Amino acid sequence: MFGRLTLDAFKHEASQNFAVLMMVLTGMAVFGLLFYLKRWKWLWSEWLTTTDPKRIGVMYIIVVLLMFMKGFADAIMMRLQQALSVGESHGFISASHFQEVFSAHGTTMIFFVGMGFIFGLLNLIIPLQIGARDVAFPFLNALAFWLFTAAAMLMMISLAVGKFSTAGWLAYPPLSGVEYSPDEGVDYWIWILQIAGLGTTISGVNFLVTILKMRCPGMTLMKMPIFVWSALCSMILVIFAFPILTATLFMLTLDRYLDMHFFTSGGGGNPMMYVNLIWAWGHPEVYILILPGFGILSEIVPTFSEKRLFGYVSMVWALLLITFYSFIVWVHHFFTMGAGPGVNSFFAIMTMLIAIPTGVKIFNWLFTKFRGRVHFTSPMLWFFAFLLNFTIGGMTGILLSAPPVDFQVHNSLFLVAHFHGMVIGGLLFSLFAGFTYWFPKFTGFFLDERLNRYAFWCWLTGFLLAFMPLYMLGFMGATRRLDHYEASTGWHPLFVLVAIGAGIILCGATIQVLGLFWSIKNRKKNWDHTGGDPWNGRTLEWSISSPPPIYNFAIIPTVNELDPLWAIKRGEAPPPIMDYEDIHIPKNTPVGMYIGGFSLIFGFAMVWHIYWLAIIGFIGIIICVIFQLSGNDEHDLMTAAQVQEIEEARMPSHLKRGEFI
Amino acid sequence: MSTELSLNKIKKEWHGSWKTYIIGFVSSLILTSASFLLVITKALTGRSLIYAIIGLGLTQAIFQLIYFLHLGQESKPRWQMWIFFFMLLILLIVVGGSLWIMSDLNDRVMSDMNMEIHHD
Amino acid sequence: MNDSMMVYHTRDKYADTSMPDPEQDTFSKTVLGFWLYLLTDCLLFATLFATYAVMHHETFGGPGSRELFSLPIAFSETMLLLLSSVTCGLAVLSAVRNENKKIILWLIVTFFLGASFIATELTEFSDLIREGHGWDKSAFLSSFFTLVGTHGLHVTIGLFWMCVMIAQISIKGVTVPTFRRLVVFSLFWHFLDLVWIFIFTFVYLMGVI
Repeated sequence: MFGRLTLDAFKHEASQNFAVLMMVLTGMAVFGLLFYLKRWKWLWSEWLTTTDPKRIGVMYIIVVLLMFMKGFADAIMMRLQQALSVGESHGFISASHFQEVFSAHGTTMIFFVGMGFIFGLLNLIIPLQIGARDVAFPFLNALAFWLFTAAAMLMMISLAVGKFSTAGWLAYPPLSGVEYSPDEGVDYWIWILQIAGLGTTISGVNFLVTILKMRCPGMTLMKMPIFVWSALCSMILVIFAFPILTATLFMLTLDRYLDMHFFTSGGGGNPMMYVNLIWAWGHPEVYILILPGFGILSEIVPTFSEKRLFGYVSMVWALLLITFYSFIVWVHHFFTMGAGPGVNSFFAIMTMLIAIPTGVKIFNWLFTKFRGRVHFTSPMLWFFAFLLNFTIGGMTGILLSAPPVDFQVHNSLFLVAHFHGMVIGGLLFSLFAGFTYWFPKFTGFFLDERLNRYAFWCWLTGFLLAFMPLYMLGFMGATRRLDHYEASTGWHPLFVLVAIGAGIILCGATIQVLGLFWSIKNRKKNWDHTGGDPWNGRTLEWSISSPPPIYNFAIIPTVNELDPLWAIKRGEAPPPIMDYEDIHIPKNTPVGMYIGGFSLIFGFAMVWHIYWLAIIGFIGIIICVIFQLSGNDEHDLMTAAQVQEIEEARMPSHLKRGEFI
Repeated sequence: MSTELSLNKIKKEWHGSWKTYIIGFVSSLILTSASFLLVITKALTGRSLIYAIIGLGLTQAIFQLIYFLHLGQESKPRWQMWIFFFMLLILLIVVGGSLWIMSDLNDRVMSDMNMEIHHD
Repeated sequence: MNDSMMVYHTRDKYADTSMPDPEQDTFSKTVLGFWLYLLTDCLLFATLFATYAVMHHETFGGPGSRELFSLPIAFSETMLLLLSSVTCGLAVLSAVRNENKKIILWLIVTFFLGASFIATELTEFSDLIREGHGWDKSAFLSSFFTLVGTHGLHVTIGLFWMCVMIAQISIKGVTVPTFRRLVVFSLFWHFLDLVWIFIFTFVYLMGVI
């Protein structure tokens, strides 16, 4: 009746019970609050059923925040365990729990924090920067968010019901096959990724069409902001890489559920093919993550240097080259799997080459600042932290790209330090910069700058302390994913240092979260009184009020050069057409959320082999899809008069007349 | 919405006609039959047979892309066409690369128990 | 600065301020979006093809493609699908010419051809399984069933979609949304015939040589 789900699934080790308790309590608190404030109707009509990308973007970031807490808790647990578990002592986590923790940490951080934050920002920023009112497919946009959230929920459920995968964030077979991991862990991992991956692919198509087809008059490709270019390249990577993941996970699923022999040790299976395919996806994936990060910096550095971006054309070429190259380097993730010098050298050289366009981008940012008027706001501080840490991590990447070196440090803590330099130093710091930079646009007030700085210094010191020793540990022979080691290795002092670093990062993250609530509480003090343009912005999102109206632009702008808002301020832009028009706004719909819900049911049922429930979930999805695709293209209408009323209430009069201070 | 088009305008954006479907159908019929015939009658063998049927298959794919899927007939900018070509490039890299890598691994890792050590 | 009361159109006065893409309507966006989805499906099939290529000799001691594949069956499947691709196109052509009854007719013919394709394929599969050559016997069989089966799954989804289209056209006739969906469906259906070319070439024909 319940497949292989039994009451045993609810029994956990002590260390896990605490996490489950926290999760349940938090959920109850949120529900309780909503009941107390009687805000269900508001939640439903303003948020859950919305098709407005600005709202969807905010929801992404809320889910990301929750998943970040989970992923970071995993990190703290690992660091604490490794600092304590030496010689006689075995720390406080069992070996199998530790395996679940590192698998969950990687999965959560990459798929939910990384991808989620990026899609959140794309939703918020892309339509505004291209002068559009919406994305190309508003319903699909909402659907993609709900699929993402369904996958996140499945991940959270795996904490409480049964075990998560113990096979790492990429689940190599034969360990991840049904022979060596027969229980529900790997199945949870598979369905979480398939549901999230579907959402990502849908968003990839959506944003690609949006950028290609919905740019405002005059915005040719070479006049787009670099953030939009970086999103374009990232989405191209999404649509071509994610199908590889889908197919590979599908084959692993068939191995596990239908006894097939793709990646098994027997029957003619080839586990190496899995490694090959998963990295053919995996390498583009890391560029999917980092390119929007680069794009954010290309917005922030010129604005806070009061100087246009140096080398726009070379920036575009660098992005395009990185996009292409990211498809021809994937073997560097498995140099040690046994390929010959021909294969390994080819991919080693390609990997080294990809550093060149990346370097071009870094030099361009530096040249942008040269002779500019640099403002050391916290986004700019995050850029400096990026510069230091991403560059160090990048250089160790070049070291790793030489197979002879890689053979020594593959899967050691040296590797771990390298890629955390990339994702934390590179991606996370850029995301923090972007979050602070764009926060006033969507809320109308600033984040507390002093708390931003405290958080920044905690993150920077914490990161250096938590990851630089890992390079040393890697050279000293420490492999990754170790939950216990002998005192004679001499690693213990370094692991203690690393744990302290993690603790300092925890302080930074705590300050950020508390700072968010603090800033909301004090928003009247931190109000943006400039009417939407606090940083003397260059791009179109700063030309409308904060927060923007639902339709973004009452009048679609016309653009004739890069940095269009600076052009307007200099009086060099084409004057706008001043008549308001009727605006069609996509209707709200709960169908995206329903499909997400049915996907969650389907995923959970498949994990536990509750096939009748899986069929119900599947049929639910089909019915919703047919319902949604049988509509009549209906929209809500906002008349020109209503638009005019909204505009006149929002804009200070001097901005309406087109005068900028 | 000012950018929405009427049904008649939309119909003009679809590029099919009796002609395109007849050409597509007849060419596919001929190319398919040719492939099957070559294999059944063994008119060619070995490498040449393989190249022939791959060539016939690719030719038929091109005909179907043009006459059924109307590739290249959209108005400028021809996004569908350019992204199709890029997809083709990536596909060749992923498939070709995988075959190269896996055959290399096969030679080196999956050789039989009398380990032959290659010095090259 | 300009007087905000003046209203004039600027496109002639400034260089290159025309719409970067003249077609921003829902039809163009949807067709491009669906085309992009089809390209993702190309990569999905490519992954399955690559896996089949790597594993097609791994028969684990059992029979291989030469012993198991039947060219007559593959040929009939090919013809059924090719014909259905043509009739699908003719359905859209009828929609363009406002011949509603013909649309439904052509769609029903397409459905029967597609259903016959699936029936043939299911027979082929069940015969193999009954003779002891199921997908769990070797990597070769796993990859064969998965590659061809995934294509068959797509065709089956297409059959369901076709029923929905037949219903929509019967009830609502040819409107902007239903025409758009019909075109999108035809892209999907044509794409499946395109993938089949590669299946019968690389799996069946090459398998029998």
